[in-house]
Amino acid sequence: MAKRIEVSDLNIYYGNFLAVEGVNVSIEPRSITALIGPSGCGKSTFLRSLNRMHEVLPGARVEGKVVMDGQDLYGSDVDPVDVRRQIGMVFQRPNPFPTMSIYDNVIAGNRLNNKRMRKSETDELVEKSLSGANLWNEVKDRLDRPGSGLSGGQQQRLCIARAIAVEPDVLLMDEPCSALDPISTLAIEDLMAELKERFTIVIVTHNMQQAARVSEQTGFFNLNGVGQPGRLIEFNPTEKIFSNPDQKATEDYISGRFG
Amino acid sequence: MSTATQSAPGTPAQRQEQQSVRSQRRLPRFAPLGLYLGGLALGAALSALTGFSLVTTVIYGVALGTLAVYVAARAVEGRRQATDRLVTCLVTTAFGIAMVPLLSLVYTVVTRGAARFDGAFFSNSMFRVVGEGGGAYHAIIGTLIITALTAAISVPIGLMTAIYLVEYGRGRLKKAITFFVDVMTGIPSIVAGLFAFAFFTLLFGNNVRLGVMGAVALSVLMIPVVVRSCEEVLKLVPNELREASYALGVPKWRTVVKVVLPTAIAGLGTGITLAIARVVGETAPLLITVGLITGTNLNPFDGRMATLPVFAYYQLTQPGTSPQAFLDRAWTAALLLIILVMALNIVARLISRFFAPKSGR
Repeated sequence: MAKRIEVSDLNIYYGNFLAVEGVNVSIEPRSITALIGPSGCGKSTFLRSLNRMHEVLPGARVEGKVVMDGQDLYGSDVDPVDVRRQIGMVFQRPNPFPTMSIYDNVIAGNRLNNKRMRKSETDELVEKSLSGANLWNEVKDRLDRPGSGLSGGQQQRLCIARAIAVEPDVLLMDEPCSALDPISTLAIEDLMAELKERFTIVIVTHNMQQAARVSEQTGFFNLNGVGQPGRLIEFNPTEKIFSNPDQKATEDYISGRFG
Repeated sequence: MSTATQSAPGTPAQRQEQQSVRSQRRLPRFAPLGLYLGGLALGAALSALTGFSLVTTVIYGVALGTLAVYVAARAVEGRRQATDRLVTCLVTTAFGIAMVPLLSLVYTVVTRGAARFDGAFFSNSMFRVVGEGGGAYHAIIGTLIITALTAAISVPIGLMTAIYLVEYGRGRLKKAITFFVDVMTGIPSIVAGLFAFAFFTLLFGNNVRLGVMGAVALSVLMIPVVVRSCEEVLKLVPNELREASYALGVPKWRTVVKVVLPTAIAGLGTGITLAIARVVGETAPLLITVGLITGTNLNPFDGRMATLPVFAYYQLTQPGTSPQAFLDRAWTAALLLIILVMALNIVARLISRFFAPKSGR
């Protein structure tokens, strides 16, 4: 299930603007990799380029290689839709489909792709996914209600349930807790710890304590100034990054002496 | 004079503090109304000097009332409050002026159209009727058929154009389409009629009159309205929903069909209904493309048809042996058109209420 991702010499552009330059990194399977760094340094852009969501924006393009299980995701014969089926994503703001019930939101990935399933199968999938997202007990009595009626933290867990319902190999999370209160954040962090048994997880976060709590590996992105491309400054095991980083810039950022 | 301070809640200390902050004197609550009534009375007197009329009374009265309110407020409340009251008076007057033609029109049409608003009007055509009696059954059916045909042509084209502009279009082609849609919005309706007329004359030769010609002419008017309203509604669909769908591995076209359109369905329905209401009363293009007949023709691909606006126009301009009967029918046709447009607007509101995404807690 979980797969390793090797990124080499990745340059990411918005039109002619080079946003992220020269990223080389290897993301381990069955672990959580955290990406930290100041705003605008390209963490989210890098994350979105891992499942080819970056190119959805007009003019956005990518150079370099992202290899998952020996296959280059940016190869000319690769369909971005297939990539996204294997690499799921959870966004900063919870975004359940407003026209669908909780039940339909969970199976949206299958239903929107016209995958035929029997009722018993979908029931099972909904329960499994919602349980996997620690939401089942809270919503099992109102699966036919709109997903937008849930609280922010519940909506975000619904989005996670929706993402894991299509059984991806990798789960990308773009600041999944930044719109949530500490209790919902804790619920989602516990969830990530469970999910890493099955998935490769990459999380972008502004919260360094969160990165330190949940991740095995941490990457620090930074940029030299406005208009300059962002770079991956350091990539090391989380313990090392937070205790004894290789780079001065990393230490400055983590200890709050930055800028 | 101290109504504002007396009615203010709070402890005595707070009240005192408020008084020091706002020791301003106010006009009594009903003073402006009283001043306006006084102004109207004076206006009536003024008007009587030159031979009394209601119109001059109201004009004099409103002007005098506004002036009186301003002067009184200036004397009692000070300059800022007086300006506030003056602007309030002007805005209210402008609203009143805007309502005058509307109310007058509705009143006139309802009172005059009521005479023939009966069963015969809805069940009889004008076939072999030259005097009293008769009805607009053929015109009602004709309007419904031609409008339905227009919608059948315009809605797919307009909706798909809007989807192209919002979801797929980029660069020069998108800009060009947007520009030409804007230009089309401003086309005079007679030009649309002439276009359809010329087009079908080229195809079928001279003197051709078909219901479908009218539908084509009306489509030229309706398509840009549909494109514009649908485009605005589709733009309102949050980009996050599209991204959420892409991230689940859903192809773009399926995202548009199954996520974007259902989310926007309420707005799309409203926009399309209002676009239909916009063309249902068009007269000029139908006059030259569809013409008029006195009998009922249900086939838009064969010969002339009657439509309500054209029916009303001919009842008015070419009365038969009994002018009053023809005039009455024209008014009733006009009343029916207004009811039709109003009904479509109500339908639009209902659509936007019932199809809106439910937040449901």
